[in-house]
Amino acid sequence: MKKRVVIIGAGHGGVQAASTLREDGFEGEIVLISDESDAPYQKPPLSKGYLQGKQTAQAILFRSANYYNDNEIDLQLGVRVNHIYTQENQIELSDGSKLDYDYLIVATGACNRKLLFHGKIAEKIYYLRNFTDAKVIEEKINPARHIVIIGGGFIGLELAALAIEKEKKVTVIETEDRLMKRVLPEALSKVFYDTHKAHGVEMLLGVSVVDVIDGKTIKLNDGKTLETDLVLAGIGVIVETELTENSDISFDDGIVVNGFQQSNIPNVYAIGDCANHYNPFAKKSLRLESVQNAVDQAKVAASHIMGKPIEYNTVPWFWTNQYHLKLQMAGISFGFEEAIIRQSPKPDRFSVYYFRKEKLIAVDSLNRPADHLNARKLLAAGISPTKQQVEDFDFKLNSLLID
Amino acid sequence: MPKATYIETEGKVHELDLPLGATFMEGAVQNDVKGIVAECGGSCMCATCHIYVDDAFLELLPEMEEEEEEMLEGATAERTPNSRLGCQVRISKALDGIILRVPGEQ
Ligand SMILES: Cc1cc2nc3c(=O)[nH]c(=O)nc-3n(C[C@H](O)[C@H](O)[C@H](O)COP(=O)(O)OP(=O)(O)OC[C@H]3O[C@@H](n4cnc5c(N)ncnc54)[C@H](O)[C@@H]3O)c2cc1C
Ligand code: FES
Repeated sequence: MKKRVVIIGAGHGGVQAASTLREDGFEGEIVLISDESDAPYQKPPLSKGYLQGKQTAQAILFRSANYYNDNEIDLQLGVRVNHIYTQENQIELSDGSKLDYDYLIVATGACNRKLLFHGKIAEKIYYLRNFTDAKVIEEKINPARHIVIIGGGFIGLELAALAIEKEKKVTVIETEDRLMKRVLPEALSKVFYDTHKAHGVEMLLGVSVVDVIDGKTIKLNDGKTLETDLVLAGIGVIVETELTENSDISFDDGIVVNGFQQSNIPNVYAIGDCANHYNPFAKKSLRLESVQNAVDQAKVAASHIMGKPIEYNTVPWFWTNQYHLKLQMAGISFGFEEAIIRQSPKPDRFSVYYFRKEKLIAVDSLNRPADHLNARKLLAAGISPTKQQVEDFDFKLNSLLID
Repeated sequence: MPKATYIETEGKVHELDLPLGATFMEGAVQNDVKGIVAECGGSCMCATCHIYVDDAFLELLPEMEEEEEEMLEGATAERTPNSRLGCQVRISKALDGIILRVPGEQ
């Protein structure tokens, strides 16, 4: 009997899992189910090239239109999975039908946290998570003159930068006292702040929105009121609980998985944004929201199904583009004790090296792509430069990498 | 539409018509050329769209920006004078008939 792998979600993780299974010679059935009606596409370009008008919808697709057929991947678009019956090894689809699986891979990603005022989800605030959202935002941005963005995180700031490129008046509102505070040190927050300011963005830091009326009037906790044409928000994501509720799959902020991406139910795997895993680089359990994490966990789950298990142990990395600023992050700086800056002779080009107990744990590189790629290699090999070597711009850090 | 020929590591050849202005990375990904990973989707952030351009066409390519130069330094496969990042070069009429080889690893 041929085995059947069912993959829920055709985003970065789901598509990679299907591809890796086929590339590794999986001979059974692969069913790839997506509740979106669009052919599978990449998400990062949505808030970058696509909304900037530099990349077309066609250009951000993962694969050709024939790929799924050619590789016998049964791609089902516009179908939502409503329930998992782990005892029966079965899922229930939105049309009420049931589908059996031998292995199930949950790759459902995360969804945007919504703003709530007076206990209700506020209306006419637009969020960006998928292609449908991008099309709506595209339509709304064009006629707007003044855009308010709630949330000074990666997506909010990428939206701010592209709205500026479209010559809009832009206001960013952030509750914290600096930008991207959860993930960036002060030196980097400052470069982004200064750059946005220099491009004319009005930055309101340390203030919260207490109400949004009709997508036009914004009330702040300092008593001020703003009038605008369009409100966008990026205030973080959560993993939906609907799919695993009433099942015996363990859930804690995400689906809890082991180093092979298995949940407590051995033939149910979870990968990507929805997987709460122990990360050897962070040295703690967490969810990561990045392409790298989704793609590499997909490979781990696929290889486990193929009986050639490899444990998840890849250096986390992430990037963001805003104006001329390209930030690349390798490793996880959480819990660092010392941050050393390696400054290139040019402004806006430096990397921050994070150490915990003399050990290099993460590197953020601003317009220093070579530092970033080297950092990934150093972190993967567990090699730590000394702090003097980091500070000395003439010292070649890649000389520490022995092939 | 200008033509581009991609040669995969294992020798498989793809002769493709690419829409004007498409990057070599997009041309590869949308036609399932194996070995062009393009993890960052064309942001010049990952160096997994590394490609070797045939000698005959090297001179015709636009010059490299500093960031492409730096990313190539860190690419997994050997960097040669023929190396470019597929997402940073667009097909044009002048490049009609170009031959591109996919490296063994990304
Ligand atoms: C605008 C934007 C910009 C980003 N920029 C970057 C970046 O620069 N760098 C980076 O590394 N990461 C970036 N990310 C994050 C990155 O895209 C995600 O981490 C990645 O997509 C996670 O992959 P995934 O497979 O876990 O989930 P996703 O790619 O989100 O895919 C999940 C899919 O599952 C579908 N689904 C959910 N529930 C069901 C169900 N019950 N039934 C059927 N289908 C379902 C969803 O609709 C979705 O299509 C960005 C994300 C966004 C939204
Ligand atoms: S696609 Fe990532 S660098 Fe070209």
